[in-house]
Amino acid sequence: MKISINGAQTDLPADARVSLLDMLREHLHLSGTKKGCNQGACGACTVLLDGRERILSCMALAVQYEGRAITTIEGLASSGEMHPLQRAFIEHDGFQCGYCTPGQICSAVGMADELSRGVPSHVTADLSAETILLTHDELRERMSGNLCRCGAYNGIVDAIADVHAERVA
Amino acid sequence: MTPFTYTRARDAAEAVRLGAENVAKYIGGGTNLVDLLRETIEHPHSLIDVTGLSDTIEQREDGSLLIGAATRNTAVASHRAVRSQYPVLSRALVAGASAQIRNMATVGGNILQRTRCAYFYDHDGSRCNKRSPGEGCDAIGGFSRNHAILGASSACVATHPSDMCVALAALGANVHLRSARGERTLFLTDLHRLPEDRPDIETMLEAGELITAVEIPALPFSARSTYRKVRDRASYAFALVSVAAALEVEGDTVKEVRLALGGVAHKPWRAWKAEAALKGRRATPESFRAAAEAELADAAPLRDNGFKVELANRTIVAVLTELMEMDV
Repeated sequence: MKISINGAQTDLPADARVSLLDMLREHLHLSGTKKGCNQGACGACTVLLDGRERILSCMALAVQYEGRAITTIEGLASSGEMHPLQRAFIEHDGFQCGYCTPGQICSAVGMADELSRGVPSHVTADLSAETILLTHDELRERMSGNLCRCGAYNGIVDAIADVHAERVA
Repeated sequence: MTPFTYTRARDAAEAVRLGAENVAKYIGGGTNLVDLLRETIEHPHSLIDVTGLSDTIEQREDGSLLIGAATRNTAVASHRAVRSQYPVLSRALVAGASAQIRNMATVGGNILQRTRCAYFYDHDGSRCNKRSPGEGCDAIGGFSRNHAILGASSACVATHPSDMCVALAALGANVHLRSARGERTLFLTDLHRLPEDRPDIETMLEAGELITAVEIPALPFSARSTYRKVRDRASYAFALVSVAAALEVEGDTVKEVRLALGGVAHKPWRAWKAEAALKGRRATPESFRAAAEAELADAAPLRDNGFKVELANRTIVAVLTELMEMDV
């Protein structure tokens, strides 16, 4: 019963009730992933499944992810270099208190992958379009699962738009 | 959370065998059930993980689709045939929840998700006939802005929260079921129950019965279909009212129409009366309005949700008008 966390094979908890979020924070002391609402409403606990798919770790029982790979905010940097989104959040002041930031950044990584796969959103006008541009409305809709109670949305949107400039309309 | 055992089913046969043996719940993405476990509203002895079962979308020669119950909501919304032939389904899915939740949630779990009535969730503070049959309902006489206007009872005024199910109801989808006793199919519109005096019994599923797939029959005019959701926020909120519709017009006459409402009832509400009132009539805003009113004539609003009646009327007219003008 193993799960890969940021590339390291890790034992799953024996108690099936442990959420992926509590496993990360309490068992592995990876406290970058945040517990906001613990009921799937705020997005602070967003992590990446198999390197690309954003999920909520608070609503995930860890045992359901046996054999899968999870990437948290601690696993985004490579060879000591911050992920481009991490740098952009600093440049654009995409936070105030910082509590939602790890979830925002993991979510933005997953969002970019969805966009590249042509996953439509609520504001996509043409469902048959091969390429979906990251308009202001698309970006805000696609990130609506991540709340920022400080209201740093303008900086968050600018940071994400900057990193995905080639897709911005 | 009450302790439970956890087993990952390898296939449907194993799932229903385990489901017959225990005080068990099937778990998909967990986006509703984990919350209900945490709130101790659900307390199964065992969880049977069915996310390893069929998650493929099969497009058959006759144009129908067979969607495995473990298919994630994002995969259905993104599927090429769903986007081109059943836009109402794709639009309903992306109107629901958030991207993270849609990536986790399965089709089977979406259908069987439970109401978000705040009184149902308020385990310690509120009476709820759905949680504890016979104890009373604090939503009736309480804050009822989000509650039902159609098909409710003196025992329960909760609404079904799914957007996807509203689209499936309009499309005439079938649900494939399997248990240790065998297999059967039900129309989605016959799967969920109205509350009557037993709101705790939400579906026609028998003990241990599992949803294995959803079948969407070919519908020649389904490309001219859409979903509109009216809610208190621009995104990531449950529906106050939603409308799923498909329309076929010949000349200036309505040849075929499919209409279903969300946010108004204990189940996805197929608007049979409005459909009957429209077929063969001229496709004008006046006949759309008359059909909407025929459906909403039975509405019984509560203290805080009277606005839903006019909102539903107007949304039906707006959606049908949009479909008239749609480039297909």
